[in-house]
Amino acid sequence: MIRFENVGVRYGLGPEVLNDVSFEIEASSFQYLTGPSGAGKTTLMRLMFLGLKPSRGQLTVFNQNAATLTGVPLAAARRRIGVVFQDFRLLDHMTTYENVGLPLRVLGKDEASYRADVVELLEWVGLGNRLDAYPPVLSGGEKQRAAIARAIIAKPDILLADEPTGNVDPALGNRLIRLFFELNRLGTAVVLATHDYHLIETFPARRLVIDAGEVLDYD
Amino acid sequence: MSEEETAPRLQLRPPQQPRTSGPIVPPGSIAGRALVAVISIMTFLACLAVGAVVLVSDTAREWQRDVGREVTVQVRPIDGVDLDRELARASDILRATAGIAVVRVLSRADNERLLAPWLGQGLPLDALPIPRLIVLELDQRTSADLGALRVRLTQEVRGASLDDHRQWRDRLALVSRSVVALGVVILILVMTATALSVVFATRGAMASNRDIVDVLHFVGAEDSFIAREFQHRFLVLGLEGGIYGGLAALLAFLSASGAIRFLYGQAGEQQLAMLFGSFAIGWTGLAGIVLTVCAVAAVTAVTSRWTVRRYLAA
Repeated sequence: MIRFENVGVRYGLGPEVLNDVSFEIEASSFQYLTGPSGAGKTTLMRLMFLGLKPSRGQLTVFNQNAATLTGVPLAAARRRIGVVFQDFRLLDHMTTYENVGLPLRVLGKDEASYRADVVELLEWVGLGNRLDAYPPVLSGGEKQRAAIARAIIAKPDILLADEPTGNVDPALGNRLIRLFFELNRLGTAVVLATHDYHLIETFPARRLVIDAGEVLDYD
Repeated sequence: MSEEETAPRLQLRPPQQPRTSGPIVPPGSIAGRALVAVISIMTFLACLAVGAVVLVSDTAREWQRDVGREVTVQVRPIDGVDLDRELARASDILRATAGIAVVRVLSRADNERLLAPWLGQGLPLDALPIPRLIVLELDQRTSADLGALRVRLTQEVRGASLDDHRQWRDRLALVSRSVVALGVVILILVMTATALSVVFATRGAMASNRDIVDVLHFVGAEDSFIAREFQHRFLVLGLEGGIYGGLAALLAFLSASGAIRFLYGQAGEQQLAMLFGSFAIGWTGLAGIVLTVCAVAAVTAVTSRWTVRRYLAA
């Protein structure tokens, strides 16, 4: 699904933040991306959601070379990827419902055709009573769940979540992780970036460990 | 993981119905008020130009029609030639010519009256070699062959010449065309200035909405979708500004028309009325103003779309 072959990334003329990274994310797989702060997790995530192009090496996403993806094919590839950002990236001028429905709206779907799906998903993540609330008035946990709902509403082939439990209490964190496992059970590949080792031990899965820009372990 | 743990929570209350989705580009994020003001002013100027062109060309057309309806035949006195006889011969020829509705031979008294403003009254005009005039009014239904008439008069009436005021009409046509050309140039300049304002406003909007554009990209929006959203927002602003400017121009013309009526009978009224008629721009002017408003809105929308596409491509 996503294959890294000797991928290196540097910002400008600085040192490489990722160095000869090689691994493959398979369809319907579940893995944690872990490592200490500054290890290169966020850069790796950016490469995977096509927000960054590698400086060298080959990155293949859905059998297409990410370095040459532009325009309509790039947008089409991004639609197959759901992303949960660490800082949520919800649009403050749009309600929770509008934020979650955004991926379907950009597909050109009529609102009447997806309204029920969005409402149902928001009910599912416990935001059924916050449909018309704007992000600035949502709690951290509510924003997190809204961001997750937005990432999965269009049924992506792969879900990338960057520290999705970083802003919520342990109980809600456990609920969110269970939600990711449920999604994975339904066929979505999941990459969950975290450095919460307690979480990894509680909900064991494959681990991609990265440190100093290199892959240390992919068990 | 147990089935119980993974099962979603059931909601017991009926689901809430959300409001219909609003615009993706937030209305308040663009320097909307300032842009609407700029577009209003530009539209106002463009509508004034269009209205002035319509007014002047309508008035010029009326002048040309009035001038073209009348033809003057002049019979100059020649030594040894009986002027009255030549005048009568010219009059007979003219009355026998098709396409001429009225033939009016100006008497010596008429001549004196016409020359009085320049020469004063009481002068012995009979002693001066003053030509006699015949004023013709052309028939609106059938056209007279003025070329043939001119030749015949020259050949058969000594000292006769025909003046169809072509020179005047040509000059009027030239002035009219010049005013229209000037109006078009002003319109092009105003549209260009509007487009440039929109380019800067769009760039500003893109920069201040960078996070929105990023999110749209990450959820799979194509550049055309993003451009369409911005274009829609700018079309609304363009229409809003255009309508304000168009209404202001309409108000200006109505005020001018009212002022002409107010000046009725006062000094200067006749000159103004002669130049611009009653300042009523009529349906043509009104259509011009509506078209200008639509054109400004369209220029705003298309320019913003083009700017967004270029911005995203860069």
